[in-house]
Amino acid sequence: MTDFEHSVRLDSDLCKGCINCIKRCPTQAIRVRNGKAVIISEFCIDCGECIRVCPHHAKLATYDPLDVLDNYEYKVALPAPSLYAQFNNLDDINIVLSALKLMGFDDVYEVSGAAEMVSEMSRRYVADNKDKRPFIGSACPTIVRLVSIRFPNLIEHLLPFNAPVDVAAALARKKAIKDTGLPSDKIGIIFISPCPAKVTACKKPIGIDKSDVDAVIAIKEVYPVLLPLMKQVVNKPEELSTSGRIGVGWGNSGGESGGMLTDSYLAADGIENAIRVLEDLEDEKFDRLEFIELNACSGGCVGGVLNVENPYVAQAKLKHLCKYLPVACNHLDTDYIDGAFLKKPIEYNPVFNLADNFEESIAIMSRIDELCEKFPGLDCGSCGAPTCKALAEDIVRGEASENDCIEILRKYLKDKSKELEKK
Amino acid sequence: MSNTITLKYTVSSDDFTRAGEASSTVKSKLKQMNLPPEIIRKVAIAMYEGEINMFIHANGGEITVEISPTEIVIVLEDKGPGIENITQAMTAGFSTAPDNIRSLGFGAGMGLPNMKKYSDEMSLSSNVGVGTTVTMKVFIK
Repeated sequence: MTDFEHSVRLDSDLCKGCINCIKRCPTQAIRVRNGKAVIISEFCIDCGECIRVCPHHAKLATYDPLDVLDNYEYKVALPAPSLYAQFNNLDDINIVLSALKLMGFDDVYEVSGAAEMVSEMSRRYVADNKDKRPFIGSACPTIVRLVSIRFPNLIEHLLPFNAPVDVAAALARKKAIKDTGLPSDKIGIIFISPCPAKVTACKKPIGIDKSDVDAVIAIKEVYPVLLPLMKQVVNKPEELSTSGRIGVGWGNSGGESGGMLTDSYLAADGIENAIRVLEDLEDEKFDRLEFIELNACSGGCVGGVLNVENPYVAQAKLKHLCKYLPVACNHLDTDYIDGAFLKKPIEYNPVFNLADNFEESIAIMSRIDELCEKFPGLDCGSCGAPTCKALAEDIVRGEASENDCIEILRKYLKDKSKELEKK
Repeated sequence: MSNTITLKYTVSSDDFTRAGEASSTVKSKLKQMNLPPEIIRKVAIAMYEGEINMFIHANGGEITVEISPTEIVIVLEDKGPGIENITQAMTAGFSTAPDNIRSLGFGAGMGLPNMKKYSDEMSLSSNVGVGTTVTMKVFIK
């Protein structure tokens, strides 16, 4: 997948050209052109809102098929904590992990285990760098992408760590090589993901050159395969789980904050809520917090579009699972894991710029303002752009015309027919 | 095509949840205009402070923002009570905000000092009983 850009894509046969997705997209990255939705790649942050809202199921997430396992001699499953939240009456994580082994994996490495290490490093880092507070967690790839294209002043507040899945992948690979003596390319590190953003983060990462994750499969694909296998192992699961409440809790909004062991935090979930927090943080409306946890999906990772269960039911299930777990089972023997730091700084990617320089931007912006005066301000979406302002921007970019606005077209036709009547 | 944009906003006096709308609109425009992030930050913070001040102290008012290739000029005009002692008002920590506003986390006495801090140039003229005009400039080059 060399030309991989995003894991959200369109099945144009199914797309009816309605306006549900363009209205819902938080970065205004979708237009309807010639009756079909088009994703503007550089604006897309892989949040999955369009997948969630499309009534025709035309928006799809790209991920690997289950038979990707066949590509590797030794397969390690990396289950996201949200996987555990999908099942009814589950009291023991080992049942899920044992079923994964029956499904064809040779070993499992819990992302929640690595999450506990990331929690420990984050606590240390926040304590060591008081001057850069508040810190924003960098585990949700949609949030990281959003900050990198829209909040340049906040980039320095992002925690400089890889997401737990990447930390887990690196550790799992090391362990697999040690356990089997196989070369790295015979080993498949396969993440079981709750969301398309994680797929993009593994295929086209920010802050590292290459992810240690070899393939990403969806929770909703694994779920029906696991159910019967879980029944087989329910009475004698293998003791495989090595994570505690802090790690497993990461699946819910507020879980990452829980691992910070401070009450000086804020946890917001749902992309629109996260954007409001980032806007206010950028305007320095609050600055006394130590930590800010933002999850693009409502409820946290359990709200990802590749899950099966309702996010809030999943939250309750995860809380129940955590109840009897030890606080944390994974601890670092050094201050930080070297590989856990991002290899390169996250850069500002100003995709929304209207022109190459400021002077030109002024001229373009005044043209946009003029156009907006002309438009009815209905934001009806009939032109294929989500708002009148977005249409104005498309026009100055040369991608749309004034007559795409049905109000303007209607007026034009009315004037024309009057003209003809006079003749 | 012109090389200056003039934007005008009315700050309402009756809905606190709307205070800040003008500065957030300006911020989102500036973010599309290929400016250094630091300049956007200064304008957004200075203007937000001014907008909130207008709401709290002066029953709203008018804001004019002029964007030109060399500078961004923000003029805040109100017909509020005016400022009796400008030196005092400019002192960090001095506030005349009423208790209901303080309970919202505002009224720390940092409004005008922050407007001065985040703009490159600020001037203030005020007549008691007539109103106040604040002009803030952020230079681009």
